[in-house]
Amino acid sequence: MSTMLTVDDLRVSFPTRTGLIEAVRGVSFTLGRERLGIVGESGSGKSQTGRAIMGLTPAHAKVSASKLNFDGIDLLTAPAKVRRSLRGSRIAMILQDPKYSLNPVMSIGRQIVETLRTHENVGKREARDRAIAMLEAVQIRDAGRVYDLHPHEVSGGMGQRAMIAMMLIAGPELLVADEPTSALDVTVQLEVLGILDKLVSERGMGLIFISHDLRLVSSFCDRVIVMYAGKIVEELAASDLGNAKHPYTQGLLNCMPTLGTNRHPLPVLDRQPEWAL
Amino acid sequence: MSQSSLQTVPMTRREWLMSDRPQSRLQARLGRAYMTWQRFSANKLAVAGLCIILLLILIAIFADVLAPHSPVIGNLGGARLLPPGSEGYLLGTDDQGRDILSRLLHGSRLTLLVIVLVAIIAAPIGLLVGAVSGYAGGWVDAVLMRITDIFLAFPKLVLALAFVAAMGPGIENAILAIAITSWPPYARIARAETLSVRNSDYIAAVRLMGASPFRIVLRHVMPMCVSSLIVRVTLDMAGIILTAAGLGFLGLGAQPPLPEWGAMIASGRRFILDQWWVATMPGIAILIVSLGFNLLGDGLRDALDPRESGQ
Amino acid sequence: MTIPETTQLAGRKRARANGWAKSVLRFLVIIVTTYLGLLAVTFFIGRVIPIDPVLAVLGDRAPAHVVERTRELMGFNKPLYVQFYLYVRDALTGNFGTSVLTTNPVMADIRRVFPATLELATFGTIIGSLIGVPLGVLAAVKRGSIADQIVRVVGLVGYSVPIFWLALLSLLLFYAKLRWVAFPGRIDIVYEYSFTPVTGLYLLDSFWQGQWDVFRDVFRHIILPASLLGYFSLAYISRMTRSFMLNELGQEYIVAARAKGLSETRIIWGHALRNAAVPLVTVIALSYAGLLEGSVLTETVFAWPGLGLYITNSLQNADMNAVLGGTIVIGSVFIAINILSDLLYRTLDPRTRAR
Repeated sequence: MSTMLTVDDLRVSFPTRTGLIEAVRGVSFTLGRERLGIVGESGSGKSQTGRAIMGLTPAHAKVSASKLNFDGIDLLTAPAKVRRSLRGSRIAMILQDPKYSLNPVMSIGRQIVETLRTHENVGKREARDRAIAMLEAVQIRDAGRVYDLHPHEVSGGMGQRAMIAMMLIAGPELLVADEPTSALDVTVQLEVLGILDKLVSERGMGLIFISHDLRLVSSFCDRVIVMYAGKIVEELAASDLGNAKHPYTQGLLNCMPTLGTNRHPLPVLDRQPEWAL
Repeated sequence: MSQSSLQTVPMTRREWLMSDRPQSRLQARLGRAYMTWQRFSANKLAVAGLCIILLLILIAIFADVLAPHSPVIGNLGGARLLPPGSEGYLLGTDDQGRDILSRLLHGSRLTLLVIVLVAIIAAPIGLLVGAVSGYAGGWVDAVLMRITDIFLAFPKLVLALAFVAAMGPGIENAILAIAITSWPPYARIARAETLSVRNSDYIAAVRLMGASPFRIVLRHVMPMCVSSLIVRVTLDMAGIILTAAGLGFLGLGAQPPLPEWGAMIASGRRFILDQWWVATMPGIAILIVSLGFNLLGDGLRDALDPRESGQ
Repeated sequence: MTIPETTQLAGRKRARANGWAKSVLRFLVIIVTTYLGLLAVTFFIGRVIPIDPVLAVLGDRAPAHVVERTRELMGFNKPLYVQFYLYVRDALTGNFGTSVLTTNPVMADIRRVFPATLELATFGTIIGSLIGVPLGVLAAVKRGSIADQIVRVVGLVGYSVPIFWLALLSLLLFYAKLRWVAFPGRIDIVYEYSFTPVTGLYLLDSFWQGQWDVFRDVFRHIILPASLLGYFSLAYISRMTRSFMLNELGQEYIVAARAKGLSETRIIWGHALRNAAVPLVTVIALSYAGLLEGSVLTETVFAWPGLGLYITNSLQNADMNAVLGGTIVIGSVFIAINILSDLLYRTLDPRTRAR
């Protein structure tokens, strides 16, 4: 499997009034046409890793790496225009909460068409048709009606599906999903995941699935990276999780309740300071 | 950062103020004040605003000592309409031979008087109305807020004009007129703060202890509104000064020969072509003081509520 | 759609109809109470405060029998609430009494002078928004830069400066020294006879009638006071635009828009400003109302024959009817603009529309 994305010693830091905060401290991994899960708690740097790949780190932050390559393109030295043209058309990102990540004053259809017309030269009629087709591909029935609705007029699950449609319509090869189901109800989560699963398989896309939910990631992805305090503490195949070596990962696995056994009280993670080194 | 509460090592004053385990209420309060001051003083413009206001207060107190001439008696014979830089008259003289600098210095007292009185009248009224309205809820809230909104929808200057027209010109009437149109925003702010505080646990605790609604509103709810109110009052000061100057310009404020800055501009208007300084100098004074309050108010808002400054 | 979704939709439609009726009712209550409040305040100012309100209206040199007759006519011998009822009835029909100065009905005077103020305030707001909005966007996008500082300083001075003083100085510079603009009034005496205004908005009328020299003259008269008011307006508008834009630019949907690969220009103007436009429109409406007030002082300096000058002149001449009549008119327009801007906000924000 050829490598699509190479990340080597990625560092992201934010200057604040009280000092420099290092969100990502030397993360390295490669990705082919497979599914990689990045798991970590709040503040582990997983979201910032995803955004750095996309080039969406806030302007005042510092991003550096010894290598950040997508399909032969050096993302660090590429001019801003090139990076912009990659976004949406070759690398795409899904955000967490459609309540906030969709433009409230634009109709859903228009936002989807906007992605398409930014990257491809299509006429209005054709763009509308393709947008509706995309909405149907994410299993929104009555796509023609939803096309004209505004984000606050649809449910969370539908909004997230619209976001997926919006980001995948230009046919990207790599998808970064930043907590795509964390803002949804549990039942809706499974639906949305199913749609993601289908689309990613159909199109042969690479996927980076960022989440705090270890169990979810392990069932969805091929490989899992566990991050803590800006560093990768473990990297293994999803099927191999039982043989996790790092105490943090073991602790996370230990904390999950299981059916059929009485584990009272549930164990709590006992953090060791050396994990943050 | 040490986790133990036993401080065996003597701390510097700064550490004592910033400690996250204050030993007394006084220490906690001083610590908060210190941090607010840190944020405030980091903003150079805000500090400049504060200096301007302090200067205004000092000038008002020491005007008698600072002013080289009398503000009301002028040298009609020998010193009419002298340009700035003339011997003994730093900013020139007006058409009655009065030293403009002295008039400006004494006029600061009038400005300060207006500000202080309007604040003393309008802010407590607004605070009371808003806090009572927010805490009581129901129809009391509805009626009080309707009244507040009605007053909010009125044009301030025009109403103050009509008010002074009916009551007769004079600085007391001008102050009253401005105060009457200034209280509504404070009521809204106080109400908003009260609503957010009303359902908190510590209010419920005080109520359980048997405190009457009066005591609760007075001693527990109102103090929470004070910091937002201070910011808003400071920011409003600039507008109040401008309104008072406007009234003075129209002859409705302090009457001659009192050296009210707005009235000075009006009397200097006739000579604007050749003796521009008579009308210009008072305007600069108004601009500086108004600017000072705006800068101070902005700085206070950013220091007291860091969310607003957006960093 | 699934079955639960369709029933949800029908229920929402019903609730929307109910909510609509309720908000119309609430709207009416607001208008009525606010307007009554304004009339109550002016009634208080006109009848309750003066020691002898009749003398306040007639002046103190009126003969005794005229005073008595007026007292009868104006109903001062009746109880207060009856007086108020008559007062409200008169105000609603536009009867503000007669002006002592011009001996015309106050309403006729106001109708004559109001378009001048309207024209000034409108022109000023147009200048203020056309310049203020882009400045605010610039300051927000280039936050912390020199451009941002300059915009903020310009705005800061704008709402710290006494407008009548700035008006005086600008007249000194642009009229007395440079002769770039015309003064006083709205139009040169030369043209006053050849020009017949239709709407009372001279710029519009002369443009419509194709009288280009009149148009040029009117423009030279209005440009300075309108620019002054425009500066006032843009100080406020640019500050609010900056604040709203900063708020929008920090939202998640902007990150999503960037993730789609949109250009910065499109994001700023098509996404952020589109969202900021909603509260911005109300800000512009309120700024317009503020200019109506600001014109009171500006018109005095420019001898601009509008409602502001009318009120201040009446004031100097103790013409209470005229002062109160003018106050009610400005107050009514003020209230109308406030309410309209609230309405505008609700219609423009699709989130509130659904509620």
